[in-house]
Amino acid sequence: MTDAEALSTPSPIVRLRNVSKSYRRGGQIVPVLEEISFDIAEGEFLALMGPSGSGKSTLLNLIAGIDSVDNGAIMVGGVDITTLSESELAAWRGLNVGFIFQFYNLIPVLTAFENVELPLLLTRLSRKERREHVALALRIVGLDDRMDHRPGQLSGGQQQRVAIARAVVSDPTILVADEPTGDLDRKAAEEILHLMDRLNRESGKTIIMVTHDPRAAEKARTIRHLEKGFLNDVPS
Amino acid sequence: MIPVSYSFRNLWTRRFTTCMTAGGMALVVFVFASVLMLAEGLKKTLIDTGSPDNVIVIRGSAGSEVQSGVERAQAGIVESQPEVAMGSDGSPLLAKELVVLYSLNKRGSDKPANVVIRGIGHQSLALRPQVRLVQGRMPKPGATEIVAGSSIARRFQGGGIGETLRFGMRNWTVVGIFDGGATGFDSEIWGDVDQLMQAFRRPVYSSVIFRLADSSALDRFKERIESDPRLNLDARRETKYYSDQSQAMATFLRILGVALTTIFSLGAMIGAMITMYAAVANRVGEIGALRAIGFQRRSILAAFLLEALFLGLIGGGAGLFLASFMQLVTISTMNWQTFSELAFSFTLTPEICIKSLIFSVVMGFVGGVIPAIRAARMNIVTALRES
Repeated sequence: MTDAEALSTPSPIVRLRNVSKSYRRGGQIVPVLEEISFDIAEGEFLALMGPSGSGKSTLLNLIAGIDSVDNGAIMVGGVDITTLSESELAAWRGLNVGFIFQFYNLIPVLTAFENVELPLLLTRLSRKERREHVALALRIVGLDDRMDHRPGQLSGGQQQRVAIARAVVSDPTILVADEPTGDLDRKAAEEILHLMDRLNRESGKTIIMVTHDPRAAEKARTIRHLEKGFLNDVPS
Repeated sequence: MIPVSYSFRNLWTRRFTTCMTAGGMALVVFVFASVLMLAEGLKKTLIDTGSPDNVIVIRGSAGSEVQSGVERAQAGIVESQPEVAMGSDGSPLLAKELVVLYSLNKRGSDKPANVVIRGIGHQSLALRPQVRLVQGRMPKPGATEIVAGSSIARRFQGGGIGETLRFGMRNWTVVGIFDGGATGFDSEIWGDVDQLMQAFRRPVYSSVIFRLADSSALDRFKERIESDPRLNLDARRETKYYSDQSQAMATFLRILGVALTTIFSLGAMIGAMITMYAAVANRVGEIGALRAIGFQRRSILAAFLLEALFLGLIGGGAGLFLASFMQLVTISTMNWQTFSELAFSFTLTPEICIKSLIFSVVMGFVGGVIPAIRAARMNIVTALRES
């Protein structure tokens, strides 16, 4: 790579170096990820694909700081998250990671507004500022007219949009999505993918998405394949 | 922190389970509060019987008026003391009284119970402003007439106005009913002291009661009469005397109540624990999501603990509400200090309310702390996978 090329390439927001992870199952150690090293550029929309058990969700969890590595280092936004204590990691996640889960994981007893407000309760924002941020996030996902509805009163697609609003409301460094369309019908899935695409293109959000669905992966700018704990491709 | 509404709304969402668990706690709090109310009612009834300006003089080392004997000469010496207030008629505001126990049958049963028969002087009523004649008239001096406390009139055969009681080998006509203002006097029969002393062949009074001319003069009076070699008397403020009388019974009731409710509360706490464990098990995904979003373990712990405390508080409030109706109930029991029947009501005080609510919150805490710790210690990845 020439210097000119290096300068024009966006700087990596996520750097993985020799990341290994294994689980203990019935007294046996099962390796899940082995010596994984790669970068994710800022503003990237990355799809991680691979068969079940290939380690893609584990990789996503490690990048998001909800699981810990056995070996290696993960730098996100210049912070080596593998060196953080559990409490520091929780505080870091609150500021830097937006989560989009397959089953939305909204709090059923809270309204859409209150669900979206949750990450902001970890910040020093005033009540008024929080209200403004939540209203904006719900407007972005097109649900500003549903803010007083509880998750049970919303369709699956709408719930996932609330989850996306919750993920972006604190303007995190990265968005991680684990099978975000896995529980949705085709139409709702299309809407969610379109919304994620918009967030990436218009707001420059870095998105790392795990998916089985090739149609979902098509929306990503880069697709990486994992197999048996190894990256077995070149970025496409 | 996770909003408080999260904890409260979760209880509301699981209304049935919440009601059942809180109901168990409510029953325990009901028993707890009722026993304290019983002890308080007993104490209040006896303490209200006394007046802070009145002094009761009984024989030294006698625990109560029933065990006491004050000779006529001794009573005369007390009467001549300068601390004794004067009545409006110019005579000392003092009453030399006789107290005897007599067994009477209760209405509607042949079950006898001891009642206090008090021989009174002409100043006895003036010394007890809380006692009011509500029916009939006071006994005439020298007549075999009596007045009965409202509780006696209601609960004992022959205690009603116009009825006759036989004791001391004489028939005594009830010529009046008095209201003791929810004090121990309600459970007494009053008659002329001289007539009663003759009837019961008692040569001595049981006690001398007088009003202090100066409320702060008790110590001076006490010191003088207790150091007088002619007298072997003990002087106490009337309120203190009746408070001492209630002590043993109230303590017994309190110990009984605490022991009973401690045993019951074990069941309620296990119930709360099961409910909270179920709450944690049903919300594993939520816990995982909250932790992933960035909430610390202590926030999860606080949210579930708060839920358990709310549960306890709901149970406590309900139990207290139920217990408040016990104030409508009047019961009678043996006062072991005087061996006489004493009627009193359950009394709810702010202190009992606070104690009951603290007790219910403690039950909620003990029931909720282990499930809350479990929720807080949950592995995020496992929790998200199990959701």
